[in-house]
Amino acid sequence: MFFSIELLFEAVLFGLLLGCFYAAVSLGLSVAFGLLDVPHVAHPAILIVGSYGAYMLGTYGFDPILAGIVLMPVFFVFGVLLYRFYYETFEKRGSQAGVSGLAFFFGTAFIIEILLIIFFGVDQYSAEADYVGGSLELGGIFLPYRLLAAFGVALVMTAGLSFYFSKTFTGRAIKAVGQDELALRLMGANPVRIKQWAFGIATGVNALAGAMLIVVNPVEPSLDRIYIGRTFCVVVLAGLGSMSGTLVAGLLLGVTESIVMMFFGVSWSQAVAFALLLFMLGVRPQGLFGR
Amino acid sequence: MKYWIGCILVVLALAGLSLSNMNEYLFFAGFVILQGVVLASAWNILGGYAGYVNFGVPAFVGVGAYTALVLHLAIDAPLLVQIAGGMVTAGLLGLFVGLLTLRLRGIFFSIATIAVIFILEAVVMNWRYVGGATGLQLTRPEVMAPFESYTRMLFVVMVVMAALAVSVARYIQISHIGRGLRAVRDSEEAAECSGVPTLRIKLIACVASGGLLGAAGTTMPMYLSYIEPASTFNLTWAVSALAMPIIGGMWHWSGPLVGALVLGTLQEAVTVTISSELNVLVVGVLLVVFVVAAPDGIIGLIRKWKTSSK
Repeated sequence: MFFSIELLFEAVLFGLLLGCFYAAVSLGLSVAFGLLDVPHVAHPAILIVGSYGAYMLGTYGFDPILAGIVLMPVFFVFGVLLYRFYYETFEKRGSQAGVSGLAFFFGTAFIIEILLIIFFGVDQYSAEADYVGGSLELGGIFLPYRLLAAFGVALVMTAGLSFYFSKTFTGRAIKAVGQDELALRLMGANPVRIKQWAFGIATGVNALAGAMLIVVNPVEPSLDRIYIGRTFCVVVLAGLGSMSGTLVAGLLLGVTESIVMMFFGVSWSQAVAFALLLFMLGVRPQGLFGR
Repeated sequence: MKYWIGCILVVLALAGLSLSNMNEYLFFAGFVILQGVVLASAWNILGGYAGYVNFGVPAFVGVGAYTALVLHLAIDAPLLVQIAGGMVTAGLLGLFVGLLTLRLRGIFFSIATIAVIFILEAVVMNWRYVGGATGLQLTRPEVMAPFESYTRMLFVVMVVMAALAVSVARYIQISHIGRGLRAVRDSEEAAECSGVPTLRIKLIACVASGGLLGAAGTTMPMYLSYIEPASTFNLTWAVSALAMPIIGGMWHWSGPLVGALVLGTLQEAVTVTISSELNVLVVGVLLVVFVVAAPDGIIGLIRKWKTSSK
């Protein structure tokens, strides 16, 4: 192991960029799991579908990030339908707790993964864009444009959602349904419709996040397994349902992972998210910013 | 008593088959199906009876397999010692996971068990002695007297292991532990208040479940003559172990047995006739179909059909 201040600085800088990206891929889960309490283990699998979607549109000449934005409405509708189905089969009967809900989403994640293998094979795919290859030199440190692009989009996404949940009427209603569903019902609002809308947003955001994922790294169908750790780690660290907390937690994960990668290698860095997650669950399950 | 006679007869019949001159492939496939019985029955002790969804099956399988490997490499231990060792270490992992249930329930517990898999995988990948990320090629020892081949011997070992797993699952279900676990599943607070020693029975369930899951893994290195972390710590184990009890029915010890036999046979048939990717898809699709349409599994369907036809 070779240690120097310059390397550490570089690792932290990379980690901050990467962390912002991790926050962005976790935003959807933060809504679906954090606010709505849905055991959405299939979130990372849908994320990977977003990446493949961006790749497919890329073959028609779309820029990956533009492709992500184009895919958002499609994913939104899919999310609404998925929640509706989940609600009708599990929540309505009160059987979502325990094995059923989890098994449903776990099975769904697996079906998605296998379908991706059947359609695309197990090879890695990456996106084509001008900014994917090059990098920006900053005082001897090379920052890849792909990471900077993802960093920018991630910041916009986090700020946008944060604004949406705190300032708009529907956004606040979604927060309210997460806090006290019964009270919302007594106010005459329909919690199921609000949740459906929120789950749609959570899934729609995933399209853009997935498009960024393929910009940052090549993707393969089984990549969702690693992202189960990363996304849940960020959401649990943040404390359920907090958008700004998600950003801080993402940065924390990014920096830790980047430092471990720099000094111990990739084979350890993939376990960082899981170790952090397990530690957090064992010590403080309500998260850093939880109530 | 009826159960024990039946159990012994089935074990003897299957063991007898291995001495006949049937096609070798049948034992190769039979091993996988019986391994499914072990995994399903073991998983169901914690997941079905107590409602704690353990996605960490690959972690237990991996700990069992790598314990067996270390015993094989270090002291050239015979197979039975490898299995016993694997059960002990996997049981200890079960104890650790059991302590997690103190603070974590529902999805939090499940996610924590996934985390255990990836942490252990990283440790094994960086452990040069057991082959690291690339794995190790192994040579099988000489096969013992009555058996024609090593595969047949492993088949008989797996028959005994499956009988053990089903018997343990059955014993836990009909004893006071099973009643306590069902109480925990319905309401942990109420169970605790009614004087059920929840922590103790949860720990018993975790250790029993973990030890048996590990036992199923111990035979993997010798079965494949090869071991590497990516396939040993593969989440596919978790989907199968979850799917089989759900397909069969989780409320009764026979559910995982039925589910494992049905799913295992179907998978072997699909692998042989179509492709191996599709056989994993079959697991996922059946899992989702059953959890949506028939949450009580095949056993539940049979029971419903019986009561309605009366």
